[in-house]
Amino acid sequence: MNFLFRYANPHHFMRLSGAVLPFTAIAALLCLGAGFYLGFSAPPDYQQGRTVLLMFIHVPAATMAMGVYGALAFCSLLSLVWRHPLSDTAARAAAPLGALFTALGLVTGSLWGKPMWGTYWVWDARLTSFLLLLFVYIGYMALWNAIEDEVRAARAAAILALVGAVNIPIIKFSVEWWNTLHQGESIVSGKLAPVFLAPLLLMMAGYAFLFVSLWMIRIRTAILERRARNLMQAGAR
Amino acid sequence: MRAFTTLLLRDIKLAARSGGGAALALSFFALVATLVPLGVGPDLRLLARMAGGVLWVAAVLAALLSLDRLFQGDFEDGSLDLIALSPLPLELTALAKIAAHWLSTGLPLALLSPLLALLFNLAPPATLILFVSLLIGTPAVSAVGAIGASLTLSLKRGGLILPLIILPLLAPVVIFGAGAVALSLDGLGAGNALGLLAAFAFAAMLLSPFAAAASVRLNLGG
Repeated sequence: MNFLFRYANPHHFMRLSGAVLPFTAIAALLCLGAGFYLGFSAPPDYQQGRTVLLMFIHVPAATMAMGVYGALAFCSLLSLVWRHPLSDTAARAAAPLGALFTALGLVTGSLWGKPMWGTYWVWDARLTSFLLLLFVYIGYMALWNAIEDEVRAARAAAILALVGAVNIPIIKFSVEWWNTLHQGESIVSGKLAPVFLAPLLLMMAGYAFLFVSLWMIRIRTAILERRARNLMQAGAR
Repeated sequence: MRAFTTLLLRDIKLAARSGGGAALALSFFALVATLVPLGVGPDLRLLARMAGGVLWVAAVLAALLSLDRLFQGDFEDGSLDLIALSPLPLELTALAKIAAHWLSTGLPLALLSPLLALLFNLAPPATLILFVSLLIGTPAVSAVGAIGASLTLSLKRGGLILPLIILPLLAPVVIFGAGAVALSLDGLGAGNALGLLAAFAFAAMLLSPFAAAASVRLNLGG
């Protein structure tokens, strides 16, 4: 926790993130590059043919969509309990990225669905819960934008994020109860051949590094923006 | 306890007398239920199949109509500040308002549903399940909705944001509620779905007063 508190200071955060950012950005490029290369050189799947390539884009996006919400909810918890303005900034900066990963997961999922299931959209459990997750993200961003007072907006958004964090597993469960057609996970259970597993894991790491890099850039931009605004206000006086 | 019941009765009276409460939600519910057959055609078998889902969605939307006023009226005329100063904890205030909203909206919607189910040619056993599921499920709509209402309390156009943040969270209610009706239509037991619905409703009523109270507090500047 002490570590967290230390870097909750924007000044410390700027120094640390400035030093770390080049490495995460390069790691993202390397992982994504290697993942794409291995993915393209992997043999076509005996059932799915070349469309299996979509897996390397789709699965990590879907994983990140959930992971980013976890990060967002954790930041919201920090902000509600310890009132660190930086965790508000971090939560706000994460939301559009999470929404983007969710949208990417949905789009690639439906493109994959066309050759595999014969339609772009099926109301299967996972696609449906991701659609709902996208709406949760949109609602979160809309609430933040709607409230003018920044402190109030941050706290209201944090409450909503935690309510969502409690509710999202329930939504997932209910949608699965409702209908399931999507194939189950096949990474942990070892059903995926190593030719496919290696690029998939690389892509997952690449996505994670990409998110961390973009997230830090967005937080840094928000901090700089606030500093610039304060300077301008001081100049106006 | 007296403060709780006083607040509860006051809110029900306000809902009944201001013309914006139960009657409006009921008319909206009936209107949506009338428009759907106009849209999908008068095939009674199809309508019977759809009844559970359509009526559930219509009921949720109808309950949402009056939700944005849950705290807003009291916030605007300053009585929310006084209520917050009273010895009644804000969490219980939120619970009283949720209960008042359910008694003035959810309960009448559930009572009207068998009549609308008749128009959809829903079989009597399934109609009973629909009625019971609305009775069990609409408290969850009021409870989760109260979180949204308190979060958008200070917004002039809160009525637009509220459905956006609340509807995705209400997906389980619609799924279990309409699912119970569908199960009963298929001749299977609906107990499983009704149990899950009740679990969700209890959890929502237990947890949402805390979230609602926290966001009312932040809007009162505390």
